[in-house]
Amino acid sequence: MEIKVLGSGCTKCKTLEKITREVVDELNLKASIEKVEDIQKIVEYGVMVTPALIVDGEIVVKGRLPKLDELKEILNK
Amino acid sequence: MNFLKKPINILCLFLIIWFLCYSYLSSFSNFIVDTILNLESGRHFTEAFRFFIFEVPKVFLLLILIILVVGIIRTYFSAEKTKEILKGKPLFIGNIMAAFLGIVTPFCSCSAIPLFLGFIEAGIPIGITFSFLIAAPMINEVAIVLLIGLFGWEVTLIYIFTGLAIAITSGWLIGVFKLEKYVEDWVFQVKSGSILDDNQKISFNERIAQGITAVKDIVGKIWIYIVLGIAVGSGAHGYVPEDFLSNLMGKAHWYSVPLAILIGVPLYSNAAGIIPIVSVLIEKGVTIGTALAFMMSVIGLSLPEVIILKKVLKIQLIAIFVVIVAIGIIIIGYLLNFIY
Repeated sequence: MEIKVLGSGCTKCKTLEKITREVVDELNLKASIEKVEDIQKIVEYGVMVTPALIVDGEIVVKGRLPKLDELKEILNK
Repeated sequence: MNFLKKPINILCLFLIIWFLCYSYLSSFSNFIVDTILNLESGRHFTEAFRFFIFEVPKVFLLLILIILVVGIIRTYFSAEKTKEILKGKPLFIGNIMAAFLGIVTPFCSCSAIPLFLGFIEAGIPIGITFSFLIAAPMINEVAIVLLIGLFGWEVTLIYIFTGLAIAITSGWLIGVFKLEKYVEDWVFQVKSGSILDDNQKISFNERIAQGITAVKDIVGKIWIYIVLGIAVGSGAHGYVPEDFLSNLMGKAHWYSVPLAILIGVPLYSNAAGIIPIVSVLIEKGVTIGTALAFMMSVIGLSLPEVIILKKVLKIQLIAIFVVIVAIGIIIIGYLLNFIY
């Protein structure tokens, strides 16, 4: 699984990266996590509001911080 | 209970309870002060305390209701939809729409740049983009609640309409002067990925749930500022003699509005943090126009924002943007000082 956390330096973006790592560890998922901070790249993904989460090329969350349970459900698919 | 399982029912129940609480609030706080605590009415402490235990629940009730409603409305909007709506709109009408959409589109200030790039990439003129970016922070639901609570509907409506007017005219002027050349060149080369908008249909129940989340998030973050702000306000309410206030209020100097803005621009705070300061300023005799100008310059124009914008705008355009918005705020400050 390829996970990308999109977001510049804002608090919510950092939190999203942190909880994503936690969930991946907790669920023992085989995943690479990359933080994308370059705004130009973020826009290229078609995202205008951060934080956003991309899993295997698909935008699964954007513009908000998902709850922990929701994030587990998304990543467990 | 099955009845309480549906958010729509909870919402109705909430509205009824809300209305009852709000209408009996004054009797209830008087009952606590006069009957339960049996404080001597008319004394400074009693009246300050009465003000405090009336204002705190009142502001929180307003806060919960308005954030909930705005939170539900916002689920109908997204940055992508706003972009689609604004595509190909002519100047001025586009500016008006952008300013209104700025209020209801959910996004945080840290998304200003990706949003700017997305709009430009979609061919939305910078003037219209600016109207959106100016209105969004300037007209803020928390500020609306606090203004209703502290100064009433009239001041609040003036705040909303003058805020919109500044956003519309500033963006319109930037559009008229065709300032595209002051946008960094790389901005126009950005290619946005095709946006597969998650056209997920969300139920009304889900919308209510999101509204409730917004209430929890925002109230959880700002309640302390509000309690402190009201505490300071009620202290001044009970203790500062009125002739002292009116003496100070007479000292509205011509330079007070521009001075307030000069102080306000380098400061950065959200609406919740700034309102307690504004309420103290007003209690200390600063006129409403000056205080609102100060507030608008703090939340609408800020140094950190300017530094972020530097990534996409050349310095000339940033200067023009700051000057136009500042002039708008000055005009409104004077206007309000003149009316009140």
